[in-house]
Amino acid sequence: MGSKGFAPEPISGIVEKVEPLPNEPLPDELGRRLAELLGADRVVTDPVRLRTYECDGLTNHRSTPGIVVLPDTAEQIAAIVRECAAAGVPYVARGSGTGLSGGALPRADGVLIVTSRMRRILEVDIPGQRAVVEPGVINLDVTRAVRQYGYYFAPDPSSQQICSVGGNVAENSGGAHCLKYGFTAHHVLSCEVVTPDGEIVELSADGPGYDLLGVFVGAEGTLGITTKITVRLTRLPETVQTLLAAFESIEAGGAAVSAIIGAGVVPAAIEMMDALSIEAAEAAVRCEYPPGAGAVLIVELDGPEPEVAAQFAQVERLCRDAGAFEIRIAADDAERTLIWKGRKSAFAAVGRISPAYIVQDGVIPRTVLPQVLARIDALSAESGVRVANVFHAGDGNLHPLVLFDDAEPGAEQRAEEVSGAILDLCIEHGGSITGEHGVGVDKSRYMPRMFTEADLDTMQMVRCGFDPAGLCNPGKVFPTPRLCGEVPGVRKGPHPYEGKADLF
Amino acid sequence: MSAQDDLPKLLGDCVHCGFCLPTCPTYTLWGEEMDSPRGRIHLMQQHVDGEPFSDAMVQHFDACLGCMACVTSCPSGVQYDRLIEMTRADVEREHPRSLKERAIREMVFQLFPYKRRLRALRGPLRAYQKSGLERLVRRSGVLERISPSIAAMERLAPPLGRTPRLPERVAARGERRATVGMLSGCVQGEFFPGVNAATARVLALEGCDVVIPKGQGCCGALSLHSGREDEARDFARRTIETFESVDVVVVNSAGCGSAMKDYRALLADDPAWSRRADALTAKTRDFAEFLAELGPRAERAPLPVTVAYHDACHLAHAQGVRSQPRALLAAIPELDVREIADPEICCGSAGTYNLFQPEAAAELGDRKAVNVDATGAELLVAANPGCSMQIATALRRRGAPIAVAHTAEILDASLRGLSPDTLLTRVA
Repeated sequence: MGSKGFAPEPISGIVEKVEPLPNEPLPDELGRRLAELLGADRVVTDPVRLRTYECDGLTNHRSTPGIVVLPDTAEQIAAIVRECAAAGVPYVARGSGTGLSGGALPRADGVLIVTSRMRRILEVDIPGQRAVVEPGVINLDVTRAVRQYGYYFAPDPSSQQICSVGGNVAENSGGAHCLKYGFTAHHVLSCEVVTPDGEIVELSADGPGYDLLGVFVGAEGTLGITTKITVRLTRLPETVQTLLAAFESIEAGGAAVSAIIGAGVVPAAIEMMDALSIEAAEAAVRCEYPPGAGAVLIVELDGPEPEVAAQFAQVERLCRDAGAFEIRIAADDAERTLIWKGRKSAFAAVGRISPAYIVQDGVIPRTVLPQVLARIDALSAESGVRVANVFHAGDGNLHPLVLFDDAEPGAEQRAEEVSGAILDLCIEHGGSITGEHGVGVDKSRYMPRMFTEADLDTMQMVRCGFDPAGLCNPGKVFPTPRLCGEVPGVRKGPHPYEGKADLF
Repeated sequence: MSAQDDLPKLLGDCVHCGFCLPTCPTYTLWGEEMDSPRGRIHLMQQHVDGEPFSDAMVQHFDACLGCMACVTSCPSGVQYDRLIEMTRADVEREHPRSLKERAIREMVFQLFPYKRRLRALRGPLRAYQKSGLERLVRRSGVLERISPSIAAMERLAPPLGRTPRLPERVAARGERRATVGMLSGCVQGEFFPGVNAATARVLALEGCDVVIPKGQGCCGALSLHSGREDEARDFARRTIETFESVDVVVVNSAGCGSAMKDYRALLADDPAWSRRADALTAKTRDFAEFLAELGPRAERAPLPVTVAYHDACHLAHAQGVRSQPRALLAAIPELDVREIADPEICCGSAGTYNLFQPEAAAELGDRKAVNVDATGAELLVAANPGCSMQIATALRRRGAPIAVAHTAEILDASLRGLSPDTLLTRVA
């Protein structure tokens, strides 16, 4: 796909948001029909209750849904979608409500379909290395159900204790270990999907023809609603070794990352936190990272015993060479959990050191890590906005946390500007505006910075193939609402970058 | 509790991450946002922003068990315990309840915090249990029709035996290591008198002079956890006075200990009492917590029995006491401690919850019973009378009755070299 990867116009000035459409009350008739389908206690229409669903994990976009429904079965979801289609009412699917891009932001003029009651693990097939789960099943519960047989579900977003598998499919969630094990897309074998016309279909990875499952996973709920997911189970590694290395500076930590990857080691995870995020994690979960560290690196190796042992020694040496002043090696699962606890709670923990913050998600080539971090530092110093950095260092996925005080007038706007400027940096260095949190409603405005009109039109044509009426999670991913009937790509003259770059 | 303008500030700590959801008992039951801590905090915010308490809103606050599992799981340090207590007090002040609700609540709050009234009930209750009327009433379902809350009360009452009366002072065995006050509690004292006797004996055997003031009343836990703040403050003041002369107050009931550790906040705005409340809070210790600090001296005799240890929410989540009781049990020779799956999820007892929300409480009790049953243990150990009654009832309903004991009773049996049978024959 073509890209505008070179010399983009800065995003930083742009802070306008996609406002929800004006609140047109939904026809009472729809509420009545949904109550007939599901029973009155599965349909929420009380305004006070509805408002508790106004946002997901990202709270700076809010919109109270017109109706919330809590179905128990795929058939019910299909029936709800058919009702919505017949009434021309948009609908949005929501799992546990932990998304960080507003992908499940409700529509005031629509129905929010919440899958949190669909949480049965339907089948565990150990010889076949797969499990079949409903969309509301919590990510970690899959692992809990199969760990006794020596297996686990590999995608491990930091919110794995509560995020749903359905949400993981929609967002193609990653996690600390996706460097070695890949994203959700690599662990989903098939999905039962309710299509926007209310049919229940099966999309499978091994079917002939186009890889529709590949299109569906990560489409952020814009192509249909998954109602049953067959996931791949991964064998628990024979051994796991985890170390925590403390460095004086983030640059030294970055050099260690480059040295490790450069040496051909593929760690299961390689994570970095800076001083500010260490301070937050310490305040929240007392993870007791080495005091005075400017950065800590968590490196986890897993696999066959001899291979891990050899590589672990190498990693330790490379960390010391890069200037690690303290290295801790987890002796058992309890110590490993403590090392990870600090990292996994880092986002929410920042709430301890700042009244409010923005979790940013961007990608850069790993090799430019030191330059980009220095630029982020400079941005922070210029603007006086504090930025804590947490990242999946192995694949260059940054999670800067932009701190502000929401009680201070203008602070949120300044934070938004810094947050946007960080994405500018990512694009400028040949990266991407999101690594794993998705575009949702939050980043749709940045899409034109990364993609040309032709790119976006092409994506829109795919979407129209699934959802010609544009009722399935509309207003997400794409910067401006378009209708499927519109002629794509009306513009004057050829695009300046057309055919020049194929970076993505 | 103290300054009301704290509420908006405390609400601001929530970042809406959702990490609390999987440990919330009502979220695990119903999967609905408004019955999760995150959703309830959102409702509190709506109220602060001017939305009046509607029946719908209050229903979700009432459905909260106050188990504080969310406080444990929150990475942002949200003080949900304070939030729900303040909100409950606001609800009691601002929201009119139905006549039936008021009647049931009055009955509970006029009965349970008062030892004499509970004692007066013991005779008729024993007669009722022995006469066969109990079986008849349960079969007929008549109480369910009158009021599910009264039916729950009836089901939960433990089989009653004789009550040994405790002396005001129990002398230390051997050289004295400490002088401690002991809270005898209301429900603990009247329905589980053996627990208090065991607590006093263990403390004495470990070298403590135990002071059990006669005049002591209710600590106010039930009132405090139900939003009846003024009533709770009265109980708190009386308890503070009662124990002012001792250095440590040992509490064997998790709910009471947690309330007494909250006196500091409860009376913070009362200049005449804030300092005294502070002192009481500082010297309150859970039974297991105190023994862990004191260190073992008395010899433990073997007690060959398999026990399942249940974390009472007001011990584990509210007081952070998890490792101490386990360590005490594990130090007894030949005693096998089993862990119960999903230990962080409440059993549904939660103070008065099983009386006011009997359906949800029974469902949570059933879930807990399945997990307790799966341990294969012979004996259930819990440090709160409500939990013991709740889980024993649920296991009986499941057809898998189990003996229950307090941590103090287990230690007592070991220190006195009793056979496990003394504990096992008391199937609830």
